[in-house]
Amino acid sequence: MRMNGANALVQSLVDHGVEVIFGIPGGVMIPIYDALYDRKDIRNILMRHEQGAAHAADGYARATGKVGVCFATSGPGATNLVTGIATAQMDSIPILAVTGQCRTTVIGKDAFQEADITGITMPITKHNYLIKDPADIPRVIAEALYIARTGRPGPVLVDVPMDMSLAEVDYEPVHEVKIRSYSPEIEIDDKAIDKAVELIERSERPVLYVGGGVIASGASEELLALSEKTHILVTTTLLGKGAIPETHPHSLGMLGMHGTAYANHAVHNCDLLIAVGARFDDRVTGKLAAFAKKAKVIHVDIDPAEIGKTVPADVAIVGDCKEVLKRLAERVKPRVETDWNKQIMKWRNEYPLVCPTDEDRLLPQCVIAKIWELTKGEVIVVTDVGQHQMFTALHYKVTKPRHFLSSGGLGTMGFGLPAAIGAQVGCPNKTVVLICGDGGFQMTIQELAPAVEHKLPIKICLINNRYLGMVRQWQELFWNGRYSGVDISVQPDFVKLADAYGAAGFRVEKPSEVEPTFKKALEINDRPTIIDFVVHREENVFPMIPAGGTIEEMMVNRPK
Amino acid sequence: MQKPMQHTITVLVENKPGVLARVAGLFARRGFNIESLAVSITEDPTISRMTIVVTGDDSTLQQINKQTDKLIDVIKVIDYSGVPIVERELAMIKVNAEPSRRAEIMQIVDIFRAKIIDISETTFTIEVTGSVAKVDAIERLLSPFGITEVVRTGKIAMARGEITAMSQINNNSG
Repeated sequence: MRMNGANALVQSLVDHGVEVIFGIPGGVMIPIYDALYDRKDIRNILMRHEQGAAHAADGYARATGKVGVCFATSGPGATNLVTGIATAQMDSIPILAVTGQCRTTVIGKDAFQEADITGITMPITKHNYLIKDPADIPRVIAEALYIARTGRPGPVLVDVPMDMSLAEVDYEPVHEVKIRSYSPEIEIDDKAIDKAVELIERSERPVLYVGGGVIASGASEELLALSEKTHILVTTTLLGKGAIPETHPHSLGMLGMHGTAYANHAVHNCDLLIAVGARFDDRVTGKLAAFAKKAKVIHVDIDPAEIGKTVPADVAIVGDCKEVLKRLAERVKPRVETDWNKQIMKWRNEYPLVCPTDEDRLLPQCVIAKIWELTKGEVIVVTDVGQHQMFTALHYKVTKPRHFLSSGGLGTMGFGLPAAIGAQVGCPNKTVVLICGDGGFQMTIQELAPAVEHKLPIKICLINNRYLGMVRQWQELFWNGRYSGVDISVQPDFVKLADAYGAAGFRVEKPSEVEPTFKKALEINDRPTIIDFVVHREENVFPMIPAGGTIEEMMVNRPK
Repeated sequence: MQKPMQHTITVLVENKPGVLARVAGLFARRGFNIESLAVSITEDPTISRMTIVVTGDDSTLQQINKQTDKLIDVIKVIDYSGVPIVERELAMIKVNAEPSRRAEIMQIVDIFRAKIIDISETTFTIEVTGSVAKVDAIERLLSPFGITEVVRTGKIAMARGEITAMSQINNNSG
């Protein structure tokens, strides 16, 4: 069928099942937005800043497992996507960014709103394309979506010059993608499985250390099967939260800098660390030389480059976590609870994760613990980045995969609100709870507008301490309390702000108000609700292992 | 800790714009050191071939190979460590050549089976082909005369015998 490149692009997206895009038009995007105008099978969620568009696509992808798509215009539109694309790259989230570009005839001439976005995003995308022949559009879109979601997922960018959008092409749907230089299907080495089984059976103190790869591959059932058959307990990374129900007795919660003390003790003392879809991030390992140094390591990852990148593996299994875990669970002999399990239980009792009881002051961790009590892991929890994120990681027990969305690798403040929008658009029948700091919230606060426009009933729980709290915590603990550049107590009245945007707004200042107010928010289904939890300002996240530190330096409580 | 060693790798890539930037950018941002890099088209016009000389210990080299292989436009990375190869580099060396010293320089050129490809009242321009060590050696021997300009192509390499790079494309990882 004859159509212009812009229509071919939109048709390609629809043919590959894309139902929604998050974006903002601009001069060179007008043909593409024009192609969206009459369509009923794909809708545009008009964001208010392109960073929001990228995070929304990311949140949509994390919540649904599908590729999230965002649009931006050339130049500043495209550069505004950069933070969102880098966030997706660091966390291996499949998104497709389509950017407009100036006409091919003026590329390289510093044309109006020209930016070399393929050059700029080369280090932060899995791959990117600049369309130079309009006939390539259907194939490139098919390839881009395929690359984004297969293998180790990641962001892909397609840059579309305006003259490519306007040129007439013969549209043929592309059903099959074959790229000779890209083969994401990996055959699992059976010998490696055998070796891993042998190591597991020989080990006395094994621990499963599980990351976002298990969520990405949908391997939760297989993980649980392996853990239940062997009674090997599971600790997860931030991105691995939800891979195993955190209410399950085999879950040790999160490990690392702000991990539970018992997870960190277990990893420190284990003789076999089974890393699955995790990449030994420095926030997990602390001082590398001291990390799990008594342990042999089995490393399972779909990305061969992760094997041996930071920690050498005794057995490396390259492949999809789901299939690897399935085979391991099939072959490994059942084992009963051992002294090692008892030892971990002892640590769990010795360093329990409890909320301080305080009836006068509103403490952030208690707010989050209360939200957990009222929702029991049945909602999608989205966080921003900072103290509230770590409090949530510790005190909100996630029970299902894709129900905890957080920017881990890049640690992007401003991620929360737009990601929550993406999640709510992707999962309209689920309750989405955003737990957000007052600092991060103000970085993408403009996205309240699309949330109101589309009647998204997101429960925005502001953990408002009037500080850039995590930095303040470090300054308190490691910089002699010199609070430089962290006081943000000059801020809008968030309840009035909610009103100004047409959202619902409540303020909570006392512990006793948390429950009734949150319940009220759960009843509001036609607009977002902001609950401004005015919390005690100087609460710190514990446990904490200082950056680059070891378990000996772990602070379980505030140092005297 | 292992000592850093020089390694020669061959990278077969899609012959598309921007691929060199992708490979070079990867090396730069991951902190891999490139000693030399030579790129050209192959017998298949859709494929380009890069010969890259890198320094690093074994684990660095492994990372280089795997991270490079991950680039979508990279078809195959071939590590020539421990493989018998033939390697060549070409250099052009401009050296001061006063008439009184020309005979001496020409002797060196002869011994190295190099060529004088340009001559002026005061200079020779010498072309030399050979292993990197040979090019280094002639450069050293010519330096007392006063080298005014050197350009080297960087090493290119092939496995000895019947094995070709192309024949390895479909082996194991792609």
